[in-house]
Amino acid sequence: MNNGKVRVPLVHISRRSALPWYKAWAIRGIAIVLALIVCGILTTLLTGEDPIQIYISMLDGAFGTSRRIWVLLQNIAILLCVSLALTPAFKMRFWNIGGEGQILAGCLATAACMICLDEVLPNWLLIAVMLVASLLAGGIWGLIPAFFKAKWNTNETLFTLMMNYVAIQLVAFFIIIWESPVGSGNVGIINQQSQAGWLPMIGTNRYMLNVLIVAVITVLMYVYLKYTKHGYEISVVGESERTARYVGIKVERVIMRTMLISGALCGLAGFLLVAGTDHTITTTISDNRGFTAVMVSWLAKFSPIFMVFATFLIVFLDRGASEIASDFGLNEAFGDILTGVILFFIIGCEFFITYQLHFRGRHAKEAAENV
Amino acid sequence: MFDFVAFIPRAVAQGVPLMLGSTGETLTQKSGNLNLGLPGVMYVGAICGVIGSFMYETSGVVMNGFLAVAIPVICSLFGSLLMGLLYCFLTVTLRANQNVTGLAMTTFGVGFGNFFGGSLIRLTDTEVPSISLSATSAYFKATLPFADELGWFGSIFLSYGALTYIAIIIALGCSYFLKRTRSGLNLRAVGEDPATADAAGINVTSYKYKATCIGCMIAGLGGLYYVMDYSSGIWSNDAFGDRGWLAIALVIFTMWRPAVGVLASFLFGGLYILYLFIPSGTNLAVKELYKMLPYLVTIAVLIIVSLKKSRENQPPEHLGLSYFREER
Repeated sequence: MNNGKVRVPLVHISRRSALPWYKAWAIRGIAIVLALIVCGILTTLLTGEDPIQIYISMLDGAFGTSRRIWVLLQNIAILLCVSLALTPAFKMRFWNIGGEGQILAGCLATAACMICLDEVLPNWLLIAVMLVASLLAGGIWGLIPAFFKAKWNTNETLFTLMMNYVAIQLVAFFIIIWESPVGSGNVGIINQQSQAGWLPMIGTNRYMLNVLIVAVITVLMYVYLKYTKHGYEISVVGESERTARYVGIKVERVIMRTMLISGALCGLAGFLLVAGTDHTITTTISDNRGFTAVMVSWLAKFSPIFMVFATFLIVFLDRGASEIASDFGLNEAFGDILTGVILFFIIGCEFFITYQLHFRGRHAKEAAENV
Repeated sequence: MFDFVAFIPRAVAQGVPLMLGSTGETLTQKSGNLNLGLPGVMYVGAICGVIGSFMYETSGVVMNGFLAVAIPVICSLFGSLLMGLLYCFLTVTLRANQNVTGLAMTTFGVGFGNFFGGSLIRLTDTEVPSISLSATSAYFKATLPFADELGWFGSIFLSYGALTYIAIIIALGCSYFLKRTRSGLNLRAVGEDPATADAAGINVTSYKYKATCIGCMIAGLGGLYYVMDYSSGIWSNDAFGDRGWLAIALVIFTMWRPAVGVLASFLFGGLYILYLFIPSGTNLAVKELYKMLPYLVTIAVLIIVSLKKSRENQPPEHLGLSYFREER
């Protein structure tokens, strides 16, 4: 070191060796708390209300009545289903942002069966056919980009994105064909009289079955990713395609198989939406869940268990924010702003989990001590 | 016969927001940042312009042509610059995942636009759910005075507001910048292989920040054009639709060449509104299928590009990945 004039940067960044899980979650917790504080300040600035009142209002929106709790659970179930669907693809480093299109493909197949086959088949068989059709439709919608990715390495992010809009227009096309009443521009409630193809209620509860189905899928997906040969192959392909080839994994087959599963599960989410809750089909039926699920899956670090919490957080915010919006006379889009702010904080905090900052002052002192 | 004189101006008007959006996104992607927040950025650009001109129109002062244009433009640039900075801070400085950050920005930006749009609509106390800024829009739409007298030539080439021509100049300028200048070369190097660029003494972080922020500002202008020129100063929530995604599609369609984007965006604009000009009689459903065309064409291009594997037409090598010097 000639005359001590070496320029030391103010901050030096280095990768952390693995952080214990409780510290990582503490950092995430701090980020969420900070985000909620910022959201509170933002809402106070815009409405002039007491921030405590705002949080109470949020809790009330999510848990206020038993109906609200069920709506919350139903929304969690669908979003969780889509997030689980996307996870194997992401683990393989296949950016499937076409969840939206795959959900719609599932919805379309379900609705088509409900409309065309309602008088042909007995109800139980109709539901079975709907289920298979929706899985197939979603799966095929996911398989198309995967095929091109596997064969010719076509960019999957952009391909799946475009497939969303093809699906939306396809749904728009069929909505006009199935219009009822003609000229209204929407399909209306399908089979309102006969309730053919509607998923059965458990007791008096319309949403219970959806929640149970998704709970089972969560467990299955956890096992699939963690304890099966397929799951192992997916993580090897995700970590390094070259290694996968070297050890004799057929990468093309893994990519196509995984996307088939991913798409089919999105199709299942579509089935649950149409047959389980909405009983109709619109172009916005999936409500951007295909995109939200990308964030959920990533926030949960692709672990199905954490995904339950991440979905809960997102859906809770969404329901809470829409309650704030209606309580304080703001418009619905306010929820999106709050969700965005919170996501920015969570996305940003990952940095502090992965990397470590060394400031100049302390660093210099350490160096001096070492001498 | 197909009415080209009516069709082309509408295709162009439809294409300009896409052109600005895709030019901005191309610049961004050349630096290795895949900004999926583009739809959000364009929304923010549009609503900031609307807020600016709304304040100016309702402030009661006599409107001055220069200020009526400058205020919305500056507001729009400023709003989209902030979005660009946010994206860069998260993805470049904090090295967050670009896809996730982009999608979060789209959620935020669209929400931001609709929220402030909705609030302004409430302020105006009108029956219709939209804001009308016709006075400001008139300045944006001002054409050359003799354009009307030149018949079909005038309506195809000269019937547009100044922003249309500025958009073309920006696109051509970007193309020149990327291909012919030293900084453009450096920028491409950063997008292809940041480690090599870094070793060659190029400041990777600075290039990524500048390219993304400028890209976002250009894209924001696209949003402004849509409100002020295309829809005559009328903002209504969600009217902008999926044009942001279409602009991203256009980037791939042009294979990262802004100059090609000029004509390609008009083509996309044409495909977007083709259904209005196809005689389909009473069958409305078929028109929905025509709206699929831009996306199908993009998919086709994506596949063809990957089949041909020519080295010039590939996406930037490091697209979508963040760079950290100490991880090689």
